[in-house]
Amino acid sequence: MKIAVCIKRVPDSEARIKIGSDGKEIDGSGVKFVLNPYDEYAVEEALKLKGAAGAGEVVAVSLGTDAAQETIRTALAMGADRGILLKADNAGVDPLPAARVLAAELGEGGYDLILLGKLAIDDYSQAVGTMVAELLNLPCVSAITHLDITDGKGKAEREIEGGVEVVEFELPAVLTAEKGLNEPRYPALRGIMLAKKKPLEVKDVTLDPGGLEVLKLALPAERKAGRIVGEGPEAVPALLDALRNEAKVL
Amino acid sequence: MYDIPYLTEEHHQVREIVRDFAEREVRPIARDHDLEAKFPWENVKKMGELGFMGAPWPARLGGAEMDYLSYIIVVEELAKVDASHAITVSAHTTLGTSPIMEFGSEEQQKRYVPLLASGQVLGGFGLTEADAGSDAGGTKTVAVEKGDHYVINGAKIFITHAGVGEIFVITARTDPKAKQRNRGITSFIVTKDTVDLEACQQLGVGHVPDLPKTPGVRAGKKEDKLGWRASDTRELILEDAEVPKENRLGELGKGFVNFLKTLDDGRIGVGALSLGLAEGALNECLSYTAERKQFGRYIASFQGVHFALADIATEIEAARHLVYYAAWLRQHDKPYKTEAAMAKLFASEVAMRATTKAVQLHGGYGYTTDYPVERMIRDAKVGEIGEGTSEIQRIVIARALLGDLVNVTGD
Repeated sequence: MKIAVCIKRVPDSEARIKIGSDGKEIDGSGVKFVLNPYDEYAVEEALKLKGAAGAGEVVAVSLGTDAAQETIRTALAMGADRGILLKADNAGVDPLPAARVLAAELGEGGYDLILLGKLAIDDYSQAVGTMVAELLNLPCVSAITHLDITDGKGKAEREIEGGVEVVEFELPAVLTAEKGLNEPRYPALRGIMLAKKKPLEVKDVTLDPGGLEVLKLALPAERKAGRIVGEGPEAVPALLDALRNEAKVL
Repeated sequence: MYDIPYLTEEHHQVREIVRDFAEREVRPIARDHDLEAKFPWENVKKMGELGFMGAPWPARLGGAEMDYLSYIIVVEELAKVDASHAITVSAHTTLGTSPIMEFGSEEQQKRYVPLLASGQVLGGFGLTEADAGSDAGGTKTVAVEKGDHYVINGAKIFITHAGVGEIFVITARTDPKAKQRNRGITSFIVTKDTVDLEACQQLGVGHVPDLPKTPGVRAGKKEDKLGWRASDTRELILEDAEVPKENRLGELGKGFVNFLKTLDDGRIGVGALSLGLAEGALNECLSYTAERKQFGRYIASFQGVHFALADIATEIEAARHLVYYAAWLRQHDKPYKTEAAMAKLFASEVAMRATTKAVQLHGGYGYTTDYPVERMIRDAKVGEIGEGTSEIQRIVIARALLGDLVNVTGD
């Protein structure tokens, strides 16, 4: 089985984000970048499928700047076989041009399965995976929490309001990974050196301008400190009043 | 802070892996394992699988085939969160395994290193005795040749992993008539069963049934320590221990010379551990002072707190360079004895000062087990004692400075 995993380099969720001087991009200096956590589930699932099949190839594909090579190497250290960097200096925020570039690459690859994280934690657009499927005219199951592949057919589970939806599909297909799909492995130290020897192809790509423009970035308003309204049973009326009239949650 | 000249991209990747592991697997259990003085077998198993237990050794012997600096980074990153985990890796690697890598025959390496490097069993180093600590020449343990084996009698004290471990390098006197007291000492490899047999069999780590065990080798009572409480420290007792001659490690009478090299390595390890501990204490202070309010302000906004934080950070930076420089010299096969002593001396004293300031900045909370700095200040102290006290380090450094100018050995 030949599996492609699309991965993205994103700021660490614990990084302190500063907005750049143009007000439209974050200031990346001093920010730690990581493999997008949802993509980690996708990589892990691909490695598990390959391990269970005993054969196959896992290819990590990333669209981004040269720095994304580091992210690809993380996937290689986890166990992916080779990497492809679709190199673009500014991948923008519009998911459609990004999906077009990825689909052009993936359509040529003869993959049985294309896995992505359900979203990237930098822009939360949650669109690229399904767009890639549509552009390639492949079946798509998004935000999966369980996956079985047998005899060229797949069965995936996704959480929906109040229950679980079970979806069957034919391969090839595009799937996006939700938290809970698996527990991603830590790369072993040995994987770092092995990753250096694995092929990493760099292809220059050009994205269309797209239809989205960022006008302004703003940090969320600072959260107000909590307030203690009192102690013991006497505090209950005040607490109820605050929950009803201030927080409006009751 | 990251782009210091000794490190490559791979070193940063090592750091990320270990940091992630330490935050997710070590931090949640560090407090309880310290309070209960419980050895972290589950994490030892995981660390073995990830290659932490044999970072610098070749892949053909079960190691991760990384370099020495990578190993130093593993120890440093673990110590940021828990010094007990860090000393477990450090003692196992530099004290337990490296003498076999450095002085062992090919056959000895093939037999023991894969078990150690993969973390399947733990190793240790038995040098210290009741009358031989800083004065290693005072070794009283005796090995007597008898047919195809040696009979060894003696007791080694304060041995990391003496209980949990199965493979040990020990020193014993083979020539009681040697004129110089440092001569006539030889190293041997001895084995025994782990004291945690049941737990180890259940978890699938720490015990290899088909490894032949040396009759007459056993662990003594577990030490109740001030710090490093989740690491295992005991007496290692050799009572008419029958050690086959093939288990002699290195040349006859070269034990003293050999273990001096092992101790130099161990010092860089303790330097890295102390560095990590100081960094961990600083991290705790940064988050605590930014959330603790007094007089209506976060205490991080007071200048007195700034001075303390700045002093800790500056000392850490200096310690970092000494530790990495010593490790870099070791990695590039340059003399590093003096630099290893300096790194260990300085970093361990920095860790003591940093953790002391950290408890002070935490005030009353820092004196309780609710905050990690209480454990850190206890863990820091032994850095100034173990693997050569601060005083011994100063002697090593002074001897290197004075050289032939003065007969500093007193002989």
